[in-house]
Amino acid sequence: MGEFRDQSDYYLLDPPHIDELISVLRGLGYSVIGPIVREGAIVYDEIESASQLPVGLRDRQRPGYYRLEERGDKAFFGFVVGPHSWKRFLYPPRFKLFTVSRKGEVTTHNVGGKKMAFIGVRGCELAAIQVLDKVLMGGPYVDPVYSTMRRDLFIVAVNCTEPGENCFCLSVGTGPEVGSGYDLSLTEVVGDGIHYFVAKVGSSAGKSLLERIGVRRATGDEVSEAAARMEKSRTLFRKSLDVTGLKDLLYRNLESPVYAEVAERCLACANCTLVCPTCFCTTVEEVTTLSGNVAERWRRWDSCFNADFSYIHGGPIRSSRLSRYRQWIAHKLATWIDQFGVMGCVGCGRCITWCPVGIDITEEAAKIRQRELEVSAT
Amino acid sequence: MARRPKIAVYKFASCDGCQLSILDLEEELLAIGEAFEIAYFLEASRAVVKGPYDIGLVEGSITTPHDAELIKEIRKSCKVLITIGACATAGGIQALRNWRGSAEFMKYVYPKPEYIETLDKSTPVSDHVQVDFELRGCPINKYQLLEVMSAYLAGRAPSIPNQSVCVECKLRGTACIMVAKGVPCLGPVTHAGCGAICPAYGRGCYGCYGPKESPNSKSLMKHFIELGKRREEAVMAFRLFNAWAPGFREVEAET
Repeated sequence: MGEFRDQSDYYLLDPPHIDELISVLRGLGYSVIGPIVREGAIVYDEIESASQLPVGLRDRQRPGYYRLEERGDKAFFGFVVGPHSWKRFLYPPRFKLFTVSRKGEVTTHNVGGKKMAFIGVRGCELAAIQVLDKVLMGGPYVDPVYSTMRRDLFIVAVNCTEPGENCFCLSVGTGPEVGSGYDLSLTEVVGDGIHYFVAKVGSSAGKSLLERIGVRRATGDEVSEAAARMEKSRTLFRKSLDVTGLKDLLYRNLESPVYAEVAERCLACANCTLVCPTCFCTTVEEVTTLSGNVAERWRRWDSCFNADFSYIHGGPIRSSRLSRYRQWIAHKLATWIDQFGVMGCVGCGRCITWCPVGIDITEEAAKIRQRELEVSAT
Repeated sequence: MARRPKIAVYKFASCDGCQLSILDLEEELLAIGEAFEIAYFLEASRAVVKGPYDIGLVEGSITTPHDAELIKEIRKSCKVLITIGACATAGGIQALRNWRGSAEFMKYVYPKPEYIETLDKSTPVSDHVQVDFELRGCPINKYQLLEVMSAYLAGRAPSIPNQSVCVECKLRGTACIMVAKGVPCLGPVTHAGCGAICPAYGRGCYGCYGPKESPNSKSLMKHFIELGKRREEAVMAFRLFNAWAPGFREVEAET
């Protein structure tokens, strides 16, 4: 529990402080984005006060299943992750890149200087943002949209004291505690008549925000209680991904019979990639008017599960669902490492929950491992 | 100014909704009139300019021997033939009769069914002649039609993605209603184009745009049954405007 070793770093926030935190950030010109309930799910959108948070709710998740229910307490962050991820704001689903006139005048569309503050970023999500940093800003070609949105980002991270049923961050090393890269992190302690947040400072901006709110340091007991909750959280995981030699396992088993079985169920609907917090593929499309005087270039999210994604002269390279699923899982868990030095999966479980037919990436990886063992045993 | 391409709009067995979508392009009608010569469009005007035509837009399915002959003539008089809507691209809701034959139905609908001359099946235009582009939907999305027309003028391929409706839900930020509410939804096997309207209002997708490319209807139907639908109900979910489209029509047999 290195996270809680140095007690001098911790501050104590009472529930009303969360609202203050949001208003101070708004006062500083941030557009504050946090979890809210909409149409039976917890999604991310701009918020103005803490009263909009999903207070007292938890999310029940199974493969292909998500429901909200009452927790019986007033927890502010008593749920895990929903159908949205922060990439929606850092890497918008549709974005107009430029307009060009018949005369050749080009107007580039910029993101504008909107400062964003994210409230409630989980360990897996923080890791996902860092994966996107590597992919979209780490090489010689820096994505202008992402890098602009990312620049002034303020992150209030939240430690998960209760993992969800589809969470497997513990096994991939991204949670349930948040890693580095936040401005403030919060551990919520709720129950038995107590409700407070132990805050840790992650940046000077985070520290100055707490100073503005005027909060006291947390006592040793309060920090210990938060640490105990996190210790317990680590024992509650039900799902895991065995990453031992995973990359080579997938490379050795490109013809695994597991792929044909998963293709029977896979809808190639692209949901898994679009809810994934690290999937970054886009396509561009040109739009012209009837008069032909103006053309626009738009960028929008795309997916390796769409046939046109691999379209070249003559047809798509990956025409079967089998080849598309294999491309996705092999990229996420293996080739991503060769490309970017990290795995593309952060263990958030979204692809499992939001797959309409509940295909589970941890199960499929385990099946591929199992099948190899069976074959080598015979 | 160069000669404006001549457009003809034809109707077969259909409800006229797709043709109305053209007229519903109110803001753009003047620009359309400037860019094209509307040469044959009986829903809009009795004035007819003689063919041949540059573009033929065809609404409706082929249901009579007369239709089957006429569509061949139309194909000859149009350089580019584009079918619009579920009837023309898949046979329409009237293709439900394809499972039963028409004799029984005619007995209930018409006082003198012997006057009716009809084909045994309602079929898409592409079963009869070469079609250059199929625009899906019941009805079509008028902005997609505008895109097809703009693309024609610019000499480029139209941007009409053949991916799932799920992609459109995700782009607009709708949480999946099948996962979050257990509502059976055809979105994962249905061709995009509508902008995922129904799920945004809590209704499962009806499949108005027909099957997406490589749809896995069998797997989705199995899931409908897991969600509590009876097998017959699950089959009926596919038996709507695009019932006869390959990808949807096999569900009964193969499950």
